[in-house]
Amino acid sequence: MFPIRQARFLAPEIKLFKIEAPRIARRRQAGQFVIVRIHEHGERIPLTIADSDVDQGTITIVVQGIGKTTKLLNMLETGDAIQDVVGPLGEPSEVDQFGTVVVIGGGVGTAIAFPTAVAMKQAGNRVLSIIGAKSKELLILEDEMRATSDELFIMTDDGSAGTHGFVTQKLEDLIQQGEQIDRVLAIGPIPMMQAVANVTRPHNIKTIVSLNPIMVDGTGMCGGCRVTVGSQTRFACVDGPEFDAHDVDFKILAQRNTLYHSSEQTAFESFVSDPSKDIDQIRHCRLQQRHPEVGPQAS
Amino acid sequence: MTERLPPKERTKIPRQAMPEQDPHERAHNFAEVNRGLEILVAEKEAQRCLACNDPKCVHGCPVGVKIREFVDLVIEGEYLKAAAKIREDNVLPAVTGRVCPQENQCEGSCILGKRFSPLAIGHLERFVADYEQATGQVGLPERAPATGKKVAIVGSGPAGLSCAGDLVLKGHDVTVFEALHEIGGVLVYGIPEFRLPKEIVRNEVDNLRKMGVDFQTNVVIGKTVTIDELFDEEGYDAVFIATGAGLPKFMNLPGEHLGGVYSANEFLTRVNLMKAYDPDHYDSPIYYCRDRNVAVIGGGNTAMDSIRSALRLGAKNAYIIYRRGEEEMPARREEVHHARDEGVQFLNLHNPVEFLGNDDGYLTAVKLIKMELGPEDESGRRSPIPIESSEFDLPLDVAIIAIGTGANPLVQSTTPDVKTNKWGYIVADDQTLRTTKRGVFAGGDIVSGSATVILAMGAGRTAARSIHEYLTTGEW
Ligand SMILES: Cc1cc2nc3c(=O)[nH]c(=O)nc-3n(C[C@H](O)[C@H](O)[C@H](O)COP(=O)(O)OP(=O)(O)OC[C@H]3O[C@@H](n4cnc5c(N)ncnc54)[C@H](O)[C@@H]3O)c2cc1C
Ligand SMILES: Cc1cc2nc3c(=O)[nH]c(=O)nc-3n(C[C@H](O)[C@H](O)[C@H](O)COP(=O)(O)OP(=O)(O)OC[C@H]3O[C@@H](n4cnc5c(N)ncnc54)[C@H](O)[C@@H]3O)c2cc1C
Ligand code: FES
Repeated sequence: MFPIRQARFLAPEIKLFKIEAPRIARRRQAGQFVIVRIHEHGERIPLTIADSDVDQGTITIVVQGIGKTTKLLNMLETGDAIQDVVGPLGEPSEVDQFGTVVVIGGGVGTAIAFPTAVAMKQAGNRVLSIIGAKSKELLILEDEMRATSDELFIMTDDGSAGTHGFVTQKLEDLIQQGEQIDRVLAIGPIPMMQAVANVTRPHNIKTIVSLNPIMVDGTGMCGGCRVTVGSQTRFACVDGPEFDAHDVDFKILAQRNTLYHSSEQTAFESFVSDPSKDIDQIRHCRLQQRHPEVGPQAS
Repeated sequence: MTERLPPKERTKIPRQAMPEQDPHERAHNFAEVNRGLEILVAEKEAQRCLACNDPKCVHGCPVGVKIREFVDLVIEGEYLKAAAKIREDNVLPAVTGRVCPQENQCEGSCILGKRFSPLAIGHLERFVADYEQATGQVGLPERAPATGKKVAIVGSGPAGLSCAGDLVLKGHDVTVFEALHEIGGVLVYGIPEFRLPKEIVRNEVDNLRKMGVDFQTNVVIGKTVTIDELFDEEGYDAVFIATGAGLPKFMNLPGEHLGGVYSANEFLTRVNLMKAYDPDHYDSPIYYCRDRNVAVIGGGNTAMDSIRSALRLGAKNAYIIYRRGEEEMPARREEVHHARDEGVQFLNLHNPVEFLGNDDGYLTAVKLIKMELGPEDESGRRSPIPIESSEFDLPLDVAIIAIGTGANPLVQSTTPDVKTNKWGYIVADDQTLRTTKRGVFAGGDIVSGSATVILAMGAGRTAARSIHEYLTTGEW
């Protein structure tokens, strides 16, 4: 069991958790992720390690509730516990002194990009960050990103904060202004990452994206997370999750992510209509841990 | 106590059949296919044993289970003693009784088999192991006084489990680290419920826990902690690497990325470990097989397990596509027969050349080519050769690739001083299972390549002996 030490919403449907996992906290590097299974009957889902605190023995994850498992996770509070957390998985981000690095985060992608932005800054890069969201209230980690960036640009789809427009517009502006960009890191929805790749390709700017295929084990044992990169098959969980954006086949990635659509829909609907079954399972485990005499039947 | 029959009488008894769930019924459920022998039937079967002076079956068993002696105990009605006798050499009798390829091992060497059917040693082994479990009187051996030495075991498959059991009895402090959330390796994520109920594996693991083995799930050695850290920071004195050969192989054919194309490992992990066959109670999905065409490519146990799982998920047509003939199939005979009885269609001497899909990226068909068997190669097997212009398309919704697996690489990549061969398997001494790194041993599939449960278990035992010696003498 992995106890939740802190839980708070950063934005509607986006929640930050600090989870006790000392071994993972100690070893994790920017760009790596964990696989989480909330309870005995749950599925395994990957979540990026946004931060860690070695002294407290905690890792931070930021979760966007989009389906059954993430919404259930976002119902948990400080004091609840997660059944399984395994990691750190994946290859760490490639961090070096590149020069000027533009870090782009779309939606919850900002939380995934954040640790690498910090590492890039620490490595002596000039970090320009562009974070985007649908609207003001969905912006996350604005202060944290500002603190680790030489400049921070905010873009919203509706203009309710920062500049009205997409993150790619700001990137194009920077390129137009003659900004010498040595590297771009873009993390967000697939169409956003693809759009960024299209912007940087003609300028030959090295662009890295973090891919989010469906995973199971996260250790290279199933091949479910396979992605097509430069016409080669790669396993995102062990070879990635970061790849050269100009080589990624985004269409295949998007298509593969629709594989379980109807089961996900069914699971989501039945969960929303009665979340108590899942919640009970988690809270009950906690009760049982403290009072082993409470048998499996009690609730 | 029953007396042994005279030899002539023994050979008159026909081999007793294993009661099975009806093939039409079982093809739609995940309950165990074989139901186990009744007591009287088991005794009758045991009576068929010729009690050879130099029992060939024992030589046929990779770990040398004292078969003649345990069969004697069955005849005497001493089932618990029979189970204890097996446990002297084999810590997972309820598992091996179900999944060993007996036809190539003990039963393959049985003298009865020369003129009659061989003694059903596997079924008898299962019978006594189940009897023992059912009575709850598992004869757990005594533990030696604590030695104060710590051993880390990486991987909880049969190799890791048997090594853990032996070492804990010698008084060592044993921790098993497992990357997944469940203990058992292939026994829980690969072999399906209908062949090896997970309850059985859980019972065996509980026995080990009672003996004092500490199990830590969710620890990926090489990621969460490295081997060097186990020694330097966590105070372990020896490490046994038993990480298996779980890396899926694909065929590098066009269309392999299509939705509906699975590795057998993913398909089986979703079905077994994540329980995707029970969507009312478990969250992990599996792509729909119901009323669809499903094919598995390959002819081993993994292939049979995958296609029979697909059948149980409701497949309309379930095919095995295999590039050689049925004779050459590496799967256990019993599984091939069971698959056929359940309605699996065999496309032997066929090989896929391309997966075809629609605009949405989903599989719609596989292009197959017919094969014929050419002359024998060095290994003595006739190699398959494609027949020119024999291609045709087979409509398909799900394709499962079961053409083998490779070495799990995560430990090796962070422990460069553990030497590997050109395929990535760990190099270990045949006799001692020592690797090139002091204090580190390796065994099971990660050394041998994909093999069998019993061989992995045997390796675990060898490693335990060798680790104990190292810990006692301190000599490398
Ligand atoms: C390496 C990696 C890091 C990630 N980091 C974060 C993060 O820090 N914060 C965050 O909010 N999300 C992150 N994700 C995405 C997150 O894993 C999915 O949103 C989550 O699995 C959805 O599960 P669900 O049941 O809530 O939704 P579902 O209804 O099951 O699915 C919604 C969509 O999520 C995707 N998805 C479903 N199951 C999985 C799975 N097992 N693995 C991956 N994707 C899946 C599919 O595209 C699906 O269409 C990451 C994904 C990857 C691969
Ligand atoms: C579908 C299928 C059916 C089979 N059927 C049969 C059969 O009927 N009869 C038979 O005899 N054999 C059968 N086999 C083969 C048999 O299961 C294997 O030979 C045997 O399980 C090998 O045992 P092992 O202990 O070496 O490894 P495994 O059983 O593979 O266990 C290795 C364990 O190590 C874990 N691990 C890997 N890397 C790490 C890491 N870095 N850190 C921590 N843990 C790690 C894995 O998660 C796994 O749990 C079958 C195999 C498969 C896949
Ligand atoms: S998630 Fe299974 S191989 Fe990557």
